[in-house]
Amino acid sequence: MPLPTARRAKRRGPRRFTSRDLAVIGVLLGIPILLELALIWGPTLASIGLSFTNWDGIGDIHWVGIDNYKTLFTDYPPFWPAVRNNLLWVAFLGLVATPFGLLLAVLLDKGVRFSRFYQSTLYMPVVLSLAIVGFIAQLVFSRDQGALNAILANKNDPVDWLGDPDLNIWMVLLAAAWRHTGYVMILYLAGLKSVDPSLKEAAAIDGASETQTFFRVVLPTLRPVNIIVGVITVIEALRAFDIVYAINHGRNGLELLSVLVTDNIIGEASRIGFGSAIAVVLLTVSLGFIVTYLVQELRGGKKG
Amino acid sequence: MTVTTPPAPVRTATPVTGTGKRRVTRGRLGLHAFLMVVSLAFLAPLLLAVYASLRPYEETAKYGYFSLPRHLSFDYYAKAFNDSGMGKYFVNSLIIAVPGVLLTLFLASFVAFCVTRLRIRGGLVLLMVFTAGNLLPQQVIVTPLYVLFTKINLPYWMSDSMTMYDSYWAVLAVQVAFQVGFCVFVLANFMRTIPDEIVEAARVDGAGVWTQYWNITLPLCRPALAALATLQFTWMYNDFLWALVFISDGDKLPITSALNNLRGQFFTDYNLLAAGSVIVALPTVLVFLLLQRHFIAGLTLGASKG
Repeated sequence: MPLPTARRAKRRGPRRFTSRDLAVIGVLLGIPILLELALIWGPTLASIGLSFTNWDGIGDIHWVGIDNYKTLFTDYPPFWPAVRNNLLWVAFLGLVATPFGLLLAVLLDKGVRFSRFYQSTLYMPVVLSLAIVGFIAQLVFSRDQGALNAILANKNDPVDWLGDPDLNIWMVLLAAAWRHTGYVMILYLAGLKSVDPSLKEAAAIDGASETQTFFRVVLPTLRPVNIIVGVITVIEALRAFDIVYAINHGRNGLELLSVLVTDNIIGEASRIGFGSAIAVVLLTVSLGFIVTYLVQELRGGKKG
Repeated sequence: MTVTTPPAPVRTATPVTGTGKRRVTRGRLGLHAFLMVVSLAFLAPLLLAVYASLRPYEETAKYGYFSLPRHLSFDYYAKAFNDSGMGKYFVNSLIIAVPGVLLTLFLASFVAFCVTRLRIRGGLVLLMVFTAGNLLPQQVIVTPLYVLFTKINLPYWMSDSMTMYDSYWAVLAVQVAFQVGFCVFVLANFMRTIPDEIVEAARVDGAGVWTQYWNITLPLCRPALAALATLQFTWMYNDFLWALVFISDGDKLPITSALNNLRGQFFTDYNLLAAGSVIVALPTVLVFLLLQRHFIAGLTLGASKG
């Protein structure tokens, strides 16, 4: 084996890339970087900037300082319900759907028969678009023709599952969890397969019960998967949009921050400055998780 | 701690099929019963949609969704497909998703190649910029992009709206920019597992960057690329928001967003909508069932390293 230091020195040398190489790198690396900066990070910064203006998309841009945020927090009725719903989304996916997905993964990992059938079935909802999930939710939960009311046989006093603003968020969460559970299950299943079986055997020999083994031995080794699942759960909960938009455009109990942003920019009243302020709130919360995740990834990368 | 449980039965719980018959008892049966119930519960809404789509609306309105069928037909499928011009929307989806997937994979694989194989300076920063970009909520960038696209003029042959707004280009560009992040992350993880010596040998033979990338590294990444392609196709096909915001002409909408427009037209006829939904879902379900292994690999490649 050649010495790594020697190799590296050679590679760092001035003749590392020919001019043709540099052109290839310049173009093929330049395009994605440009796209990423122009269409993702540039707009992100622009959103932050615009959130301090009262721009309507056509006229002049006036700097209004933190007025938009003041209005948002004190004088915009759908804001707090939207925050509450987004938090509910995080909590429900994180505390109900994710553990359930983990449970299913653990059960499937025991090597049961028909495992492939179970896996495919549980995973099927993930390939559906949330818009379709939203429609199917209507099929199940609608007041007059929904399947749920038919099961309950309450024809005289039907429950309006999606119309009642106290109830509908829970029904939508069920529908969202339907999709999330399968996703989480697949990730954990892959993680569990890579756990060294000798660890479990060692724990068993030491007299640990199955539950003890799982929580003390298996789960800690799944740390990287736990982090990914956590990030996906939070990010998906903050991004949630399609499903409520497909059901009722995110009104009447189904408000979400993402819907409020969209509401403020498309259509007649294009309050771009104000919509951006909502987007920045969303961004601030997400960035916290994104940064935590990246730091984690970096550490893992260094180790590997 | 007192050792009450002998280790033997616990050990049989390790994932080796066909272990001792003692275990194939109440525990296993209960497990199957549980998994069966959960599976059916997961499948039920889908089966309900398919069942509803096969029955006339009057019938379900009169007898409810759980009644026995008196009349089953594919009429609604024909109707949904013909009356609402679904074929056209399908084509729209493909116009965006197919070049989108190819471009994304091409650009992402090159970035990953530069970061992991060429070890260019600032590679780590680049990796973070792309990865973090994919995690941003779409709504954060929607407003400025909307404004930007209305300002970019395109010639008529590229866009009949004369701007980037209300054209396939807008959706395509955003899809690529957004999804490149995820693919760079996954492909970089994958390329790290390729031994250095393979590229090293070619380099000594005087292979340029392009040869190292296209002829040597890319073929080795085929499994990861296949996995990502299925995943990306599903995601781009299922996208809802971008088209909703960047396309105003109903004729250009991809099929997922178009379904939403159809709702207004046939508001009361859920059975027709069910048929429409099944048609829309069919490509992704087929991709999943046929390419399941790749599909799941794509997700887990990104999630668990090594």
